[in-house]
Amino acid sequence: MSAVQEVVTEAPAVEAVPKRAMTLGYGASLIMLALLIAAPLFVKNFIIFQLTMLLIYGLAVLALNILTGGSGQFSLGQSAFYAVGAYTSAILMEHVGMNYALTLPVAGIVCFGFGFLFGQPALRLSGVYLALATFALATAMPQLLKLGYFEHWTGGVQGLVVTKPDAPFGLPMSQDMWLYYFTLAITIAIYIFSVNLLKSRSGRAFMAIRDNEIAASAMGIDVALYKTLAFGVSAGITGVAGGLGAIAVQFVAPDGYTITLAISLFLGMVVGGVGWLPGSIVGSAFIIFVPNIAEGISKGLSGAVFGVLLFLVIFLVPHGARQVAIVAQQLIGKLKRN
Amino acid sequence: MLSKQKLRIAAFSTAVIAFAAMSGSALAQKKYDTGATDTEIKIGNIMPYSGPASAYGVIGKTEEAYFKKINAEGGINGRKINFITYDDAYSPPKAVEQVRKLVESDEVLLVFNSLGTPSNSAIQKYLNSKKVPQLFVATGATKWNDPKNFPWTMGWQPSYQSEARIYAKYLMKEKPNAKIAIMYQNDDFGKDYLKGLKDGLGAKASMIIAEESYETSEPTIDNHIVKLKATGADVFLNIATPKFAAQAIKKLAEIEWKPMHIVTNVSASVGGVIKPAGFENAQGILSAAYAKDGADSQWDNDPGMKKLFAFLEKYYPDANKLDGAVVFGYGVAQTMVKVLEMCGDNLTRENVMKQAASLRDFTPDTLLPGVKINTSATDFAPIEQLQMMRFKGEKWELFGDIISGELSN
Amino acid sequence: MELFTNQILAGIATGAIYACMALAVVMIYQAIDHLNFAQGEMAMFSTFFSWQLMQWGIPYWWAFLITLAFSFVGGVLIERLLFKPLAKAPILTNVAGFIALFAIINSVAGLIWDFTIKQYPTPFGSSPFLGSQLISTHQAGMIGVTVGLLILLYFFFQFTRMGLAMRAAASLPESARLVGINTSWMIALGWGMAAAIGSIAGILIAPVVFLEPNMMGGVLIYGFAAAVLGGLTSPLGAVVGGFLVGIFENLAGTYIPGVGNELKLPIALALIITVLVVKPAGLFGRPIVKRV
Repeated sequence: MSAVQEVVTEAPAVEAVPKRAMTLGYGASLIMLALLIAAPLFVKNFIIFQLTMLLIYGLAVLALNILTGGSGQFSLGQSAFYAVGAYTSAILMEHVGMNYALTLPVAGIVCFGFGFLFGQPALRLSGVYLALATFALATAMPQLLKLGYFEHWTGGVQGLVVTKPDAPFGLPMSQDMWLYYFTLAITIAIYIFSVNLLKSRSGRAFMAIRDNEIAASAMGIDVALYKTLAFGVSAGITGVAGGLGAIAVQFVAPDGYTITLAISLFLGMVVGGVGWLPGSIVGSAFIIFVPNIAEGISKGLSGAVFGVLLFLVIFLVPHGARQVAIVAQQLIGKLKRN
Repeated sequence: MLSKQKLRIAAFSTAVIAFAAMSGSALAQKKYDTGATDTEIKIGNIMPYSGPASAYGVIGKTEEAYFKKINAEGGINGRKINFITYDDAYSPPKAVEQVRKLVESDEVLLVFNSLGTPSNSAIQKYLNSKKVPQLFVATGATKWNDPKNFPWTMGWQPSYQSEARIYAKYLMKEKPNAKIAIMYQNDDFGKDYLKGLKDGLGAKASMIIAEESYETSEPTIDNHIVKLKATGADVFLNIATPKFAAQAIKKLAEIEWKPMHIVTNVSASVGGVIKPAGFENAQGILSAAYAKDGADSQWDNDPGMKKLFAFLEKYYPDANKLDGAVVFGYGVAQTMVKVLEMCGDNLTRENVMKQAASLRDFTPDTLLPGVKINTSATDFAPIEQLQMMRFKGEKWELFGDIISGELSN
Repeated sequence: MELFTNQILAGIATGAIYACMALAVVMIYQAIDHLNFAQGEMAMFSTFFSWQLMQWGIPYWWAFLITLAFSFVGGVLIERLLFKPLAKAPILTNVAGFIALFAIINSVAGLIWDFTIKQYPTPFGSSPFLGSQLISTHQAGMIGVTVGLLILLYFFFQFTRMGLAMRAAASLPESARLVGINTSWMIALGWGMAAAIGSIAGILIAPVVFLEPNMMGGVLIYGFAAAVLGGLTSPLGAVVGGFLVGIFENLAGTYIPGVGNELKLPIALALIITVLVVKPAGLFGRPIVKRV
């Protein structure tokens, strides 16, 4: 094979989303918030459960958006962090008897550390190589969870059953409703944190690295620090989501955290619009509800129907829900002027 | 002496009371829980129609077809079965979502034959707390027979541990000085068998000289077989699902290793495993069975199997007769119908569980002659008997007695 | 010592499977600079197609040739219909497209041919090779075909104009267009060739692992890993990478105590990542210089 070096002027793998466009405007945000708060009052417990899962997966997609859309690092391994967060919560709740709310910060910190550590060897990898490395992590996780050494804590292949918390102070609401509002509060807090993170100096550093790593490093940005930081933050948020997931589903088992979850989160990010934080919830809705719709259309071909629907989405809006929002914004702008 | 008037009143009142008492039981008041009405019984089900275990989706399709047949023949005590089945892609969180949909949105009477130990573990607590029957779960994990802690959950097929104990008993009798090598799938299925085998061997568990686990993500398990042959074992226990069991049978023949080869019931299907692996490679393999194999010509004239084939031809013509999953689905659906018939007009969830726990010597069309379903308030394991068999020519030859793998709990 | 050599031989046998798949992976990478997640499923579908032809009575070698043609045309069609419209879309959207294609092919195959395993014939026979019980004649044949394919690909890329044009179109599309290369059709050609190579891989692998819709899932991961290890720009690297992954995995499973067996895939992948950290372009890949 030729020993000639290959010189490449690459377009950035992740396209830049202007900072302004990274969030919704005030009006839209308030409407979303009102909807989210009011929703559970009108629907059955089962739908509230689905809405809770919507928020939880939305958090996980948000985390991936920070990592890929923000700092340009590709990850197919989020399911590993989600699993660690879920198991941390479950083990603390069931073996140590910790209060469920306290397990979440612990899960977040543990996963932050884990993500930060993983970011170190990942520093030298990018693009498809980083994808493979994160993929390796995601496939390793279920097998690690099944290991005999840890079986006493993790329950091995049988998993752990988690007790669902009641509403505190004897509030007159069902467990599902309480859990929804609890999750909503955490989601809003993390969302605000993420928006501020991306607007801050660190966020600018992330985006500089995403757009052109060499230039960023030439400008004096500590690329290594920020890249690992991005991994850490993303992992931490995913860990919190995992912990919430464990409480909502009331069960953790290795089979629930396979590479399929990582791929779903990735799809959620793409459908929502890479780098567009509000799109995370759209992406989350896609990965929760579209498989159900596909199943409703054809049980035998549910996978094929899902694939077709996914193709439709990416043909119509290759940039995800963000594209829809931009179009809507332009339309509203035109209407305002007339 | 009572006056004639008083006598007449007494007689009349006695008659009225007697009549009321009789009609009370004769009319057998209709009692319903959510999911049952005068015309309909809603049954919920969760199957992996997509994902890594999609091969088992056939079970759900077979059951759907069977209930269609029952409806066409008039239903159960005049009520039609509304069979609602959802896909969980073998993922526990998805299973939880689907079971909540079934119970809270579709409002089914009971959940029937949901598949997979992880999925069933995930929904067990929920169903028990909601007091919804989790009947005839489609997994052989031993933990479903626990009426004290989980009174609403019941299994159906012989548990993996009880099957493994039967093999242990056989080995201790036939080859007491054996050197056993085990290849097992690294999940609940494989580990349950391993435990059953070790418990069954008891003090003689030292007969096991090698244990190799494999993951379903591995394309082939050939190298595990090579490793096990090198241990010099003379008994090989093939605790694998169909694809990997077939690979093992083939590889053993290729490397010319001829130990006593035991394969689990899950992978004993002639059409699904033995034929693809090669009949010539499978001679002398041992296994155990509780049901008849559709690909086995010895049952061609069996009245029960003939009914199955006729049913398939009319209601599920695309079915692969050689697939053990089809026979399984038919048998368990028949059991469900029997239980519902026994409920009569009392279709409360409590009564469904009561009737399910009162099965006496019930034999669906597809069980081996001599194997019977029996349940009681302390015995939530409907099928506990198996018969061992040896592969000869192109089919399984049953031998020995019907053994009960009952675990003494 | 005997166990050691046995495991190495067994590793070479399994590695042949990975090497086959890795060649297809490298082929598609040469064409589009990405890894196609649906590559394995396309190979599986082609293999089922050939199986169906044989069920209908067509002899093995005719079925083989027809399948090759079918796969090539199929690959081109998929590219023209599904991925050309996405050419201007971001890369991640294309990856989502690959995933969608995976879901569609897998589901359709399951519906048409169901999930019970099927035996697949081999033209090489299954007796022990050169008396060794560890490598069957089929596996030896697999290695032979893989090496043959490798040589063909090497000649194609190094010594033909088409091969050169394809390489140019993949690495510097704008410059390639300036010299008159139809980059768009080069991509389609790349897809077609990758699909054809994939079908050969599937046809060789199926006799060992048994044919069923989920047969390529695990193989694809190993194929990726092998291709990355060997260097995504090098077909030779892909094949060598495949064998190395097979051998290493076996040795790890045999000699690393306790967890070695349960963590075979993660350990293999960890090895590859370690190699990448030291040699980012893989063992045989051309080092990539990035300019600002």
